[in-house]
Amino acid sequence: MKPFLKKTLSEYGMSLVLLLLCAYFSVVTWSDQSPAGADGAQQVTEAIARLGGTPRVLIAATSQPDDAAFTARLLTDLPVNGAVVVATASGEPQAAREALQKLAASGGKLDVIACTQAAGGWLVFSDIKTDYPGLGSPQIITPRSYRWPNFLKTANLLNIANQIAIIAIIAIGMTMVIITGGIDLSVGSLLALSAVLVARFIRDYAGGAAASTGGLVLASLAAVVICGGAGAFSGLMITRFRIPPFIVTLAMMLVGSGLAYTLAAGQTIYQIPESFIWLGRGADLFSVPNAVVLMFILYALAHVLMSRMKLGRYLYAVGGNSEAARLSGVPVRRVLLFAYTASALLAGLGGVIMASQLKSGSGNYGNMYELYVIAAVVVGGTSLSGGEGKMPGTLIGAFTIAVIQNGMNLTNVESYTQKVVLGLVILGAVLLDRLRHQARL
Amino acid sequence: MSAGAPLLAMRGMVKSFPGVRALRGVDLSLEKGEVLALLGENGAGKSTLMRVLGGAHPADEGTIEMEGKVVTLTSPQASRAAGVAVIYQEFNLVPGLTAVENIFLGREVTHAGFIGRQAERQRAAELFRRLGVELDLAVPCRQLTTAQQQLVEIAKALAFDARVIVMDEPSAALTSHEVERLFVIIRELRSRGIGVIYISHRLDEVFTIADRVTILRDGQNVGERPIGGISRHGMIGMMVGRELKDEFPARTTMPGPVRLEVMGLRRGRMVQDVSLTIRRGEILALAGLVGAGRTETVRLIFGADVREAGEIRLDGRVLDISSPRDAIAAGIGLLTEDRKLQGLVLRHSVRENFALPNLERLSTRGFVIMAEEQAEFGRYVEQLRIKIPHGEERAGNLSGGNQQKVVLAKWLARNCEVLIFDEPTRGIDAGAKFEIYLLLNELAAQGKSILMISSELPEVLGMADRVIVMHEGRITGEIENARQATQEQIMQLAVA
Repeated sequence: MKPFLKKTLSEYGMSLVLLLLCAYFSVVTWSDQSPAGADGAQQVTEAIARLGGTPRVLIAATSQPDDAAFTARLLTDLPVNGAVVVATASGEPQAAREALQKLAASGGKLDVIACTQAAGGWLVFSDIKTDYPGLGSPQIITPRSYRWPNFLKTANLLNIANQIAIIAIIAIGMTMVIITGGIDLSVGSLLALSAVLVARFIRDYAGGAAASTGGLVLASLAAVVICGGAGAFSGLMITRFRIPPFIVTLAMMLVGSGLAYTLAAGQTIYQIPESFIWLGRGADLFSVPNAVVLMFILYALAHVLMSRMKLGRYLYAVGGNSEAARLSGVPVRRVLLFAYTASALLAGLGGVIMASQLKSGSGNYGNMYELYVIAAVVVGGTSLSGGEGKMPGTLIGAFTIAVIQNGMNLTNVESYTQKVVLGLVILGAVLLDRLRHQARL
Repeated sequence: MSAGAPLLAMRGMVKSFPGVRALRGVDLSLEKGEVLALLGENGAGKSTLMRVLGGAHPADEGTIEMEGKVVTLTSPQASRAAGVAVIYQEFNLVPGLTAVENIFLGREVTHAGFIGRQAERQRAAELFRRLGVELDLAVPCRQLTTAQQQLVEIAKALAFDARVIVMDEPSAALTSHEVERLFVIIRELRSRGIGVIYISHRLDEVFTIADRVTILRDGQNVGERPIGGISRHGMIGMMVGRELKDEFPARTTMPGPVRLEVMGLRRGRMVQDVSLTIRRGEILALAGLVGAGRTETVRLIFGADVREAGEIRLDGRVLDISSPRDAIAAGIGLLTEDRKLQGLVLRHSVRENFALPNLERLSTRGFVIMAEEQAEFGRYVEQLRIKIPHGEERAGNLSGGNQQKVVLAKWLARNCEVLIFDEPTRGIDAGAKFEIYLLLNELAAQGKSILMISSELPEVLGMADRVIVMHEGRITGEIENARQATQEQIMQLAVA
């Protein structure tokens, strides 16, 4: 039993931690939920349909977007289910009072008041029997409330995925670099450079806010490729001149950041068409954001690369023992060049996604991102000494960080405290990794 | 201290690692002023037993007594405090520190908090004088040769004035001259009442230096004999559990036409104008003392270092070799001297290590064909009788002999035309050695050209068709018919 437990912990330790975190935040954000909008309307329609006959219905809701959707849905669904909508009150209680008065004056009966939770509390409805005896005794039907954790709401989960997508995508390249035994500090700056470049290309060459789709694609590709060039340059410095990766990418971090601010002239570039936000904010597939879909696709590809392809084996071998790899005929320099170029390309892609999410480009994007990215990789179980690590691990690492941040936001933890907690979590993850290594010896 | 108690007594030592029971209740005793040879095949548990004694791996069960008093050795510090010094096969030196700094690491000679560099230097110099070697005390250890680093290790243990000194394969990296000097030291230690445990695969040395032998097999003590009460054959028989007939298998095939030609190879002081040829189906031995430039020469042929001058031809065609990759593509393979640093990725699985030079062949359009990789690996595991629990075992967890077999499998699968073996049997037990000799012969019979570096003269004479001897970066002689040559002939060329 004990070796089994050990193996489970070492292979799936971080996923377990992630699950526990999710469970914890689910419990602490357990609260009353009332279905709103179309969902609420559907519930109310079903309740009215169960009454049978042709009930006469008054719809009451506030003018919030959710409530407007509620009203609209009821207006189309109720007649189909045999009910008659005799009046609609939107906005203030005053509107409901007027509707009731009109109804009473016309001498009609009222069977049901269909309203949202908020409208159900309006005082107008509490004394109908005495105030408007002619209407009879209408039944108030509201969507039933239920208990469900805020954390586990679909919208929140998608929000987590969307928030971490950029960091997770860049972490793919960082995982490769760290597996080769290196480090890439330049990704945050390259993200900013890419965001500024794509914004400038759109503004200056693709026609600004009137840019065509083709122009947007070309501008994005150009920005990503230029970042890839910067990564290839770092890779060359590391392989040809044997400068430590830490130094080379530290230099590239400063150069990239400086260039980004210079190219943006210290401003935010916002002359970007509405259609550009498709990548960052759009959600075409089952309302999963496009950036998240892209993230999962990239992880699947990277996982195949690392576990099934020759290049993946070479990346591990170079990090595990670069001399043994060289003497076994592994093209060590080319492998390293690939890793740094891939890392920069993905940072460039992250920049384009961020420009799309924020519909602008600025030099201050991606500040400190390199550290969050490295944290995701390390929390995901990749060893900084190289040769070990897995892509799914990094994804889990990224999600662990995102879940902690999101959970603390939901439970109203101060942002400074959040930093402290995050720091301790990273330390804990590495500690877990250490213990696991000791257990293996 | 109870009268008559041995200096060191280990009783019922048990130690398990995941998947392996390395020690299954070993007893061992050592008297004052005794040299005990500890023998056994690789994986028999010798190194593990000594690691237990050195506090590197605390034992699962068993008691250890020093002069009748029970001691617990759960850390290297505890062992040191109990008076045990273990010189491991892998060095324990800080590469960036000098020999002096390494020797006094952790027990620096200080005056009011400042290191007494002069005093340390003098003591270190004195130690090396006793060893009979000259060493640059001012350079970092990483600049020393393997043999020199080994000497620093020995000096370190001597400086420690331990009552029990364990030497795990101390002679593996030494030339015979240096080994003799080591023996002088060991005899001196013995006369001072220090107990020495000497682990070696070289049985000649055991007969020269040891008073008594203890033989391990499969984690158990299978016998103890005074040195006068056992023959060489008897020892090998106890180690392998069977009788070995010949140390070197006979070969019948004759070498064919010239295959590899190396002309005017040059790099720095270590390789000066080296030319040699190897024929089809020939085993050429490159002999010489440690530091003669043999390893450096083969590294140039393999493209591991960049040559300053020289030409390499295979079947008359000039090869453009500027990296190991080029050499491998041309059909040249190199089994390095240092398996752990250069031959294997220790943290990766045996299977992945095996596949590394063969991935080009084992993949299509960049994808590794896992089934084929697995099947081919399985074939070689069986053929070479590699002992592993499963293919996913980490290379670092294997014994030396099995590691060497994995490296061998790597290159055999590559089907190289020219194979360079740098000390192929270093640190390998008699049984595995014989298997490797058989394999060398088989490769030669297949028409491969083999270049073998070996510091063991009987091996050179027993295996090679022809011997080339190097000294200080130059070829000093060639012996055409190795089987009729003598060790003295080679030695004369090697020290010339």
